[in-house]
Amino acid sequence: MSAIVLFMAVIAVIVGWWLSQQRLTAKPWLEEGSIDDFPGTGAMTVPAAKLGLGVFLAVATSLFALFISAYSMRMDMVDWRALPVPALLWFNTGVLVLSSVAMQWAYVSAQRNNMDGVIFGICAGGASAIIFLIGQLLAWRQLSAAGYFVASNPANSFFYMITAAHGLHLTGGLVALGRTTAKVWRGAEMPQLRLSVELCVIYWHFLLLVWLVVLGLLTGWTDDFVDICRRLLS
Amino acid sequence: MVDVPYEATVDVPPAEVAEVELYHPKSWWTQYVFSQDAKVIAIQYSLTATAIGLVALVLSWLMRLQLGFPGTFSFIDASQYLQFITMHGMIMVIYLLTALFLGGFGNYLIPLMVGARDMVFPYVNMLSYWVYLLAVIVLASTFFVPGGPTGAGWTLYPPQAILSGTPGQDWGIILMLSSLILFIIGFTMGGLNYVVTVLQARTRGMTLMRLPLTVWGIFTATIMALLAFPALFVASVMMLFDRLLGTSFFMPALVEMGQQMKYGGGSPILFQHLFWFFGHPEVYIVALPAFGIVSDLISTHARKNIFGYRMMVWAIVAIGALSFIVWAHHMYVSGMHPHFGFFFATTTLIIAIPTAIKVYNWVLTLWRGDIHLTVPMLFALGFIITFVNGGLTGLFLGNVVVDVPLSDTMFVVAHFHMVMGVAPIMVVLGAIYHWYPKVTGRMLDDWMGKFHFWVTFLGAYLIFFPMHYLGLLGVPRRYHDIGEAAFITPSVHTLNAFMSVVALIVGLAQMVFLFNLVWSYFKGRPSGGNPWRATTLEWQTPETPPGHGNWGKELPVVYRWAYDYSVPGAKEDFIPQNQPPTTRAIQGAAT
Repeated sequence: MSAIVLFMAVIAVIVGWWLSQQRLTAKPWLEEGSIDDFPGTGAMTVPAAKLGLGVFLAVATSLFALFISAYSMRMDMVDWRALPVPALLWFNTGVLVLSSVAMQWAYVSAQRNNMDGVIFGICAGGASAIIFLIGQLLAWRQLSAAGYFVASNPANSFFYMITAAHGLHLTGGLVALGRTTAKVWRGAEMPQLRLSVELCVIYWHFLLLVWLVVLGLLTGWTDDFVDICRRLLS
Repeated sequence: MVDVPYEATVDVPPAEVAEVELYHPKSWWTQYVFSQDAKVIAIQYSLTATAIGLVALVLSWLMRLQLGFPGTFSFIDASQYLQFITMHGMIMVIYLLTALFLGGFGNYLIPLMVGARDMVFPYVNMLSYWVYLLAVIVLASTFFVPGGPTGAGWTLYPPQAILSGTPGQDWGIILMLSSLILFIIGFTMGGLNYVVTVLQARTRGMTLMRLPLTVWGIFTATIMALLAFPALFVASVMMLFDRLLGTSFFMPALVEMGQQMKYGGGSPILFQHLFWFFGHPEVYIVALPAFGIVSDLISTHARKNIFGYRMMVWAIVAIGALSFIVWAHHMYVSGMHPHFGFFFATTTLIIAIPTAIKVYNWVLTLWRGDIHLTVPMLFALGFIITFVNGGLTGLFLGNVVVDVPLSDTMFVVAHFHMVMGVAPIMVVLGAIYHWYPKVTGRMLDDWMGKFHFWVTFLGAYLIFFPMHYLGLLGVPRRYHDIGEAAFITPSVHTLNAFMSVVALIVGLAQMVFLFNLVWSYFKGRPSGGNPWRATTLEWQTPETPPGHGNWGKELPVVYRWAYDYSVPGAKEDFIPQNQPPTTRAIQGAAT
């Protein structure tokens, strides 16, 4: 459970830092009448959707941290047999990186009021995300064709389950991206579009980061790192 | 001290919100059924939770009938008994209490108390309710599928949860896990709303330290739930994989009915870790909103400001943080390393400190207050007593050496019913008596309310207090029939029969309450806008019940904290949060 406890500690630090800005030591019973006297203690000025996405990312990180916690506890059992990593995952990773780059392109274009750049960015980002998902399905097929079924070893089970969870999150992102594309289609103005694009970009980068961590874990590249952490903890 | 006119803030222009941002329903369906108004969603959540809660109440009757009079009721066999305890526990903890506190009270009170027009994502909020309803329907459907609901116990421990010896192995467990997954998805949608609304939609002047404690409780509980429910989600998904796809996440190598099963190597303890990483914060997810609400009830009905407001806020935050590092105190008998037991016993005792601070502060708020023994106040007092009782037995169970012999006995059942069954329900009922006038514009009948309180409070005590004694004798929980054993004295049977009779009476008293809800809706005394003369914003709405958008043309502006009761020198014994100051006492001007 160290991954999730670590994540909770990070959340606690963030929340603690934010609360420390909110004058929690104030004596509200003595502050009758004061309004706007203390800047920064009122409602947040960040757009609600962006704040909502931030909270959602915390929930999603909690979910993946728990998957990783379960993974690291289960892999200590004797029946664990690591599965070979399909070479296709390299290609998929490259495509997902491209997808993030394209989305970043869209974001930068939106900042510069360049509608063509936005359209190019979100189309390329969406298309490469779909290619990534298809690639993931192909990797599943390669594995099952080679006899690595979901139930034959816990390592396989985790591989299928975590990649599925990541893929489903990306699918959800594609729905949001689809709605943004529809906005462009209907001829929305740039100021209305900018926030939607920004939210998609944040989500894309988040999923890329999750994928890199998950990939490192599933392929065993992070084993040494985990080992060092474990020794430090014990 | 000199009183000087304080005009600088009198002319503060109220905050305005562009009307286009608010969703306006266009038909009867979008106004009352597929509504995006938080108040309607709150009522939908509350009614659904109450309906499924009544099912759980009937299940508890059936269990008590079996325990009180074993062998008398041929329609309750051992399998059904296990199914009843499982469904009763799961419904009460998750589908009733969590949904009611966060989905019901959260939706109704957050926008009103922080001075917002609605939740920030009304559409997602609506979806949240409908996914919750779907989860409830899936859960209820297990009563009608072949094999019936699962009888794995509300903790759903593997491997027994998915083995054929446990009732509901066919469909029950699959639907239960699916329903939990749906619930969590639905809750996450709602939870995002509650958190972002508190952060982002507070009206002008409503700093965090001016929030009523109700909002603090619900806000913190929501953050905890958002972070803790994924653990149950992961556990449910993994168990569904084990059950449906034959994976071995949790399932060790097993022989069942002489047959070697296909499972092997899995870790049941892993499930326990995941389950309790959710399960313990869940206790506080239910308790923190109750703490917050009861603070407001006590302050309002004792006409006194809450004692130690800052400390109350800090305690809520501290409990929220600490509750994530106590989970393994539910697992002392799972064979974990004794050092872990020591660690978790220590954190468990530490969390008692902020909790005790809250109890002291409630009592000190009552001290020399102008206590009005209204029905909400009676329930608030009932809460303090039951919570202290349940909290003290929690100290017993938090210690490893005391817990080990008491594990899986009726003592545990008595403890958690006192602390997170009866105590939060007391707050729920008190809160309904308190806010019903705002929701409907009519008062609940006082006589029926007092009858309801005394029967519920005394009855609940008569049921659960003797249960501790049974637990100390060693009477195990989850047994269909305890049968004959040396430690089962005749008094055990007598007490069991007594508790069962009281449980039936307490259950029937709830029917009086339901009748009161319906009767008062049509015939109750009109309440006016602020019958309790309370300070918080929800009582200052221009209309009662609050109209669409909550406030009139302009949002309220907040000039003070939520607890200005019996302020010396004030005309009335309460000053609403949105009342501008006309004079201000400047300390030190004269000194």
